Amino acid sequence: MRKRIAILTIAALVLSASALIAQQRNITVKGSDTLVILGQRWAEVFMSKNPGLSIQVTGGGSGTGIAALINGTTDIAESSRPMKDSEKASTKDKRGKDVLELPVAVDGLAVYVNDANPINELSLTQVKGIYTGAVKNWKDVGGRDERIILYSRENNSGTYVYFKEHVLENADYYPTAQTLPGTAAVINAVAKDTRGIGYGGIAYGKGIKHLRVKKDANSPAVEPTMENVLTAKYPISRYLYWYLAGQPSGDTLKLCQWVMSADGQAVVEKVGYYPLSNTDRTKFAALVGGAAPAKAGKKGS
Amino acid sequence: MGAPLLSAMSANASTLATTSAGVARRRAWDWGIEKFIYLSSLVAIAIIVLIFFFVGREALPVLTSPQVHEEVTLSTMFLPQNYGTPEAPLPYVWQPVGVHPKYSVMPLLLGSLKATLIAMLFATPLALLAAIYTTEFAPRWIREFIKPIIEMLAGIPSVVLGFFALIVLATVLQDLFDLEYRLNAINAGIALGLAVIPIVYTICEDALTAVPRSYRNASLALGASPWQTAWKVVLPSALPGVFAGIVLGFGRAIGETMIVLMASGNAAITSWNFAEPVRTLSASIAAELGEVVFGSPHYHVLFLLGVMLFVITFTVNWIGTIAVSRLRKRLAGADR
Repeated sequence: MRKRIAILTIAALVLSASALIAQQRNITVKGSDTLVILGQRWAEVFMSKNPGLSIQVTGGGSGTGIAALINGTTDIAESSRPMKDSEKASTKDKRGKDVLELPVAVDGLAVYVNDANPINELSLTQVKGIYTGAVKNWKDVGGRDERIILYSRENNSGTYVYFKEHVLENADYYPTAQTLPGTAAVINAVAKDTRGIGYGGIAYGKGIKHLRVKKDANSPAVEPTMENVLTAKYPISRYLYWYLAGQPSGDTLKLCQWVMSADGQAVVEKVGYYPLSNTDRTKFAALVGGAAPAKAGKKGS
Repeated sequence: MGAPLLSAMSANASTLATTSAGVARRRAWDWGIEKFIYLSSLVAIAIIVLIFFFVGREALPVLTSPQVHEEVTLSTMFLPQNYGTPEAPLPYVWQPVGVHPKYSVMPLLLGSLKATLIAMLFATPLALLAAIYTTEFAPRWIREFIKPIIEMLAGIPSVVLGFFALIVLATVLQDLFDLEYRLNAINAGIALGLAVIPIVYTICEDALTAVPRSYRNASLALGASPWQTAWKVVLPSALPGVFAGIVLGFGRAIGETMIVLMASGNAAITSWNFAEPVRTLSASIAAELGEVVFGSPHYHVLFLLGVMLFVITFTVNWIGTIAVSRLRKRLAGADR
């Protein structure tokens, strides 16, 4: 008798557990390594507010996330570069839905040099010249008579693509540019190399300094601070994106709305990126359909 | 030969205790085991064939697909192009991501060769001399001490060697030789050499040990010194084996990925200057395949790089195998 009760209890437990698993709601988020930590923080906070919801956030790179979106293996793709038209077309082809592009945060790219380097500011044209090989010596931009050693990112990174498009204006990196696997690696390399120059997220590291950047030769040199990035005074800043196939619904819709709310954007600052400005936020929140825009807009004002 | 003998033995043993039904069952058991082992060996071969087939199939569009040819053909991959500006022409550029993707594989091929060459120049003499010392000169206790330690080098994960080269070795080399670039072919090559030493050492050591005792005795009896014996008698007899070791070490060095990814600087430069950074075939695949748009020309080109590596290592290992079998024949022939 006792044995039978035990068996029944176990069976009941197993049944209820499997019922729970069946009810478990899942959202997968995949993509940019730049965004992965932010994505995970968002997921943690949102899951704590919505018990029973599970959000899996993984990295792998913008290209990986976009490929997963095209193949339908992720609900949301995180990307540090805008999706290409060809990629949007393949998503439409495979998923039958238009891509929804949602800028979720702002990131600024800094140009770093070693602490010992006397240079403090460069114009965008000078940075372009340095990275395309037109300028090979620091003295040509007002520094010491030393060769410039270029540090770049691996060509799979959104940062590499963004820098190439917006700073190099689609010119090629000079072949001697050494490619490193992350912002931390670039900072580490520049910190060890007095002749080095690197670029990456605005992160602080021992032994390096951020250059002030001039939009052109006559404009003022701007320091990469939060204020300057948000007000677009600093010339090298970019949006970070979420991509979805079609309008979200259910939990995914709620998640997107929350990310665009003041609460969600507060998380961005904690992770070290820049939240969207209020005008941007209202504008982009309206992209997420349903009754959302009004609600999100109200919260933001 | 072994199988019938074994089954005969088990048949003998079983007749003592059981009936002929037992014998039949044991025979069936033997047969089953034999076939199972046979199948296991086939699985390994099948996997290699499947990998080769898959990699080849993914690389094939570079040769056949007109869509891919809009972006890249074999001639733009291997022949010099008009990249760069008229003042600063660049015949070879590996820059597969951008508005105009460029896929010259020459810098990568050269990079792989440069890093591998340094690795072999560094590792071969060290490993060979160490092998000669431990087989010909070292007292037993020293040999028992040195051999496992060198072989332990093979157990160090390549990511650890790469990290060591990235953080420690690069700084040491730069300070020592006043190099312009911290990460360069020499740095990567030496770190690769550390991974190659145990392979070359182990095979050379085996080859030297395999030289019959009678050779050494004859040489010493004729009045040669131990050094003359080692250098002029033992080493030449073991030469095919030594060669096989070098060739297998080469195969390991050119295919090694993690060390070069971390220690070489990964810049696709076309020059023979060993103090400049290099980008290798294997590191390019590792760095780029994770992110590439599935089915794009870039994707197929990366698989073609894989085929190139496959062909290089396969050819090199094949030569190594031939050399080993020659050694065996030669020594067996000499014994008779």
